[in-house]
Amino acid sequence: MAGYILRRLLAAIPVLAIVAVLVFLMLRLTPGDPAAVIAGDNASSEQIAQVRQKLGLDQSLPAQFAIWIGNLLHGNLGESFFFKKSIGELILGRIEPTLSLAAATMLIAVCVAIPLGVVAAYRHGSWLDRIVMGMSVLGFSVPVFVIGYLLIYVFSITLGWFPVQGYQPLSAGLGGYLHRLVLPAVTLSVVYIALIARMTRASVLEVLNEDYIRTARAKGQVERKILFRHALKNAAVPIVTVVGIGIALLIGGVVVTESVFAIPGLGRLTVDAVLARDYPTIQALILMFSGVYVLINLLIDLTYSLFDPRIRH
Amino acid sequence: MSAAPSPVLEIENLAIALPGGGDRSRAVDGVSFTVARGEIVCVVGESGSGKSVTAFSVMGLLAKVLKPVAGAIRLNGEDVLTASPQRLRALRGDRMAMIFQEPMTALNPVLTVGDQIEEVLRIHTDLGAKERRAKVLAMLDAMHLPDPERMHASYPHQLSGGQRQRVMIAAALILDPALLIADEPTTALDVTTQAQILKLIREMQERRGTGVLFITHDFGVVAEIADRVVVMQRGRVVEQGPAAQVLERPQHPYTKMLIGAVPTMTPARRPPVTGALALETASLEKTYRSGGLFKTERVVHAAADVALRIRRGETVGIVGESGSGKSTVARCIARLIAPSRGQIMVGDRDIARLPERRLRPMRRKIQVVFQDPFRSLNPRRTVGASIIEGPMNFGTSPEAATAKARELMGLVGLDPSALARYPHQFSGGQRQRIALARALAMEPEILIADEAVSALDVSVQRQVLALLDDVQRRFDLAILFITHDLRVAAQICDRLIVMQRGRIVEEGPTAEVFARPSAAYTRALIEAAPGREFGRGEHLPEAASA
Repeated sequence: MAGYILRRLLAAIPVLAIVAVLVFLMLRLTPGDPAAVIAGDNASSEQIAQVRQKLGLDQSLPAQFAIWIGNLLHGNLGESFFFKKSIGELILGRIEPTLSLAAATMLIAVCVAIPLGVVAAYRHGSWLDRIVMGMSVLGFSVPVFVIGYLLIYVFSITLGWFPVQGYQPLSAGLGGYLHRLVLPAVTLSVVYIALIARMTRASVLEVLNEDYIRTARAKGQVERKILFRHALKNAAVPIVTVVGIGIALLIGGVVVTESVFAIPGLGRLTVDAVLARDYPTIQALILMFSGVYVLINLLIDLTYSLFDPRIRH
Repeated sequence: MSAAPSPVLEIENLAIALPGGGDRSRAVDGVSFTVARGEIVCVVGESGSGKSVTAFSVMGLLAKVLKPVAGAIRLNGEDVLTASPQRLRALRGDRMAMIFQEPMTALNPVLTVGDQIEEVLRIHTDLGAKERRAKVLAMLDAMHLPDPERMHASYPHQLSGGQRQRVMIAAALILDPALLIADEPTTALDVTTQAQILKLIREMQERRGTGVLFITHDFGVVAEIADRVVVMQRGRVVEQGPAAQVLERPQHPYTKMLIGAVPTMTPARRPPVTGALALETASLEKTYRSGGLFKTERVVHAAADVALRIRRGETVGIVGESGSGKSTVARCIARLIAPSRGQIMVGDRDIARLPERRLRPMRRKIQVVFQDPFRSLNPRRTVGASIIEGPMNFGTSPEAATAKARELMGLVGLDPSALARYPHQFSGGQRQRIALARALAMEPEILIADEAVSALDVSVQRQVLALLDDVQRRFDLAILFITHDLRVAAQICDRLIVMQRGRIVEEGPTAEVFARPSAAYTRALIEAAPGREFGRGEHLPEAASA
């Protein structure tokens, strides 16, 4: 198993290298000059040139790339043009809100969607099944920002249960932290609930026709245990896949949600960095995101073997 | 009719309604029989006879659309049809238990074997974890499974089919149920494994006094194991009685027909075939390699050093158990897979290594009929479209191909108008006829029948075998007949090749191989065939006259 993990991690290196080259080139080839942005609207061309030299943007592309990669290999993500801070610090300061939001979202989604999907499969064809499936189509179709503003309108403005916007770090108290996390997490979880519930239903439904389910009944097992002990574990592989893809998509999704709820996370940082043409920050963020994708994929594959001994052996 | 004073199982006048649209309104009707303590009752019948429906209704495991509408099923005097779901659950696994046809799929692949047997104890007893484990290990040992400790921690995919069925039996018998229902428990197993499992069921049942309701379609198995026999046809019991009486002096015409259709184990003497050589293989080999850069390489010889010859008009059988390589050889010859080594001479051309482009014109010369008629025809295309596709690929006009297809449908005993219908509208036997017509439409020289009659009922099997014999003479076909069933091989093959672990261990004229088997493996196969002395079926008329 350790050898397998090592091989997978080694295989990630070329992927990340290609991403690094593409990100670097794409940023350099799109129009717009960070030096001009930083120097300000009234700067003379000499001033801009000075800034450019200070940032190292006057050097040739290969030289710039070599410097960047060299720093990366020493664990140095570089200095942000715009925020005038080390990018490592910048990301570290923004990671808690994003991680909190992603984790809370997935937790809500999995806890709601899997039981819904299992019950829908068990009672398949019933009114309950139809309601769950109908809601899931709705969940897919409504954009995140619409759900967000709708929830804000109902629960914050009308009922006054939750704050409209903002984030409070965990260090300032669990109560306030959770209180501010609920609405954005629920908002973001809607589409994943729809996706995971659907996948759970389909995959449990298939498993319920298997012979070993009949064997379990022949042993006198109760239906609840047949569903959650015999069926769900067999149906797990496609569900895990969707949850994994969900987590990966989530990283993209936080950009919108963090904007709607004014949460200072990585999503907001990405938007700000792009608007400011902050090359080093954008490069570091994209590289980090792709690293996370690779890691999630590895975790998905490892989780398979947790559920299915046939993959383990 | 009651064999013992207080039967374990008493089925009285059972009727189960079928949902509308079927070929009859009741799946079973007026079914009555009993199983006494320590007795094995075999329920025999062809597919659709209602034998499995009867068994499942005893367990209360019928599909929801099937509803018992009359009669009673009494287990130790208690009516299970009127029992509450809770009571039924308490009885299942404890007082009555069931084993199924497919040991490959009847066990949950993601739970350990020990866990799945222990589950029965967790549901029905208050035993502690230690006692449960001890009881399961003792049971695995009683099933003659090697290394019970390791077995306990194994997952189903690590076990062979026979071992899995032993695990199923262990789980079924661990609480000493009064009744064991066995639904075709050996149908999916190799003959030698089947013989062992039948022996095991017999042994357990004698030691524990269990009443056994044994569902089967195989009269060989009946002859081997039954105390009493119940014969079912289209949902009704047509005959029942002690095994010797039903097998030796069947009264009902249906029973007589079924028994008559069982192929005999004594092959007819066939004169040697002297037609032109159609196919010859030399040192044919198929090797699978797994592993690679980071793992130790594993090499499996699926087939090794296979040399065989088939003449026009000759049927050569390859018999062997699963894993013997018989299907691998067939697939190599049809070039569905590429052989690793050796020659495959069709006429004077070696097709073993031809690239696909040059192989294509040769493909029509070799056609295959597969085992499962339910999966080998595309369900979304009409039968006609499936049949004419091949000839049209080789440039035949649609009109000519269709005319040919109509002619072939008549030849295989089906109505030409059926060409416009879809596969699901046909029975298994009819589909196998269609598959044969599809193969014949290509005007092949060599026909490979890969377990082509294995999925069929005996009466249908007999018809399809006769049809094969007929088309062989009509088209002077060379037939390579792959089967695990010695009775079938005895019926149709001129020469026989016995394979074990990828190699040919014996070959010769069929009558010779049966009368004087030289390899130990061949003898083991013949001895393991259930009800060996049984089967007075006539030879196929064509074969006898040939």
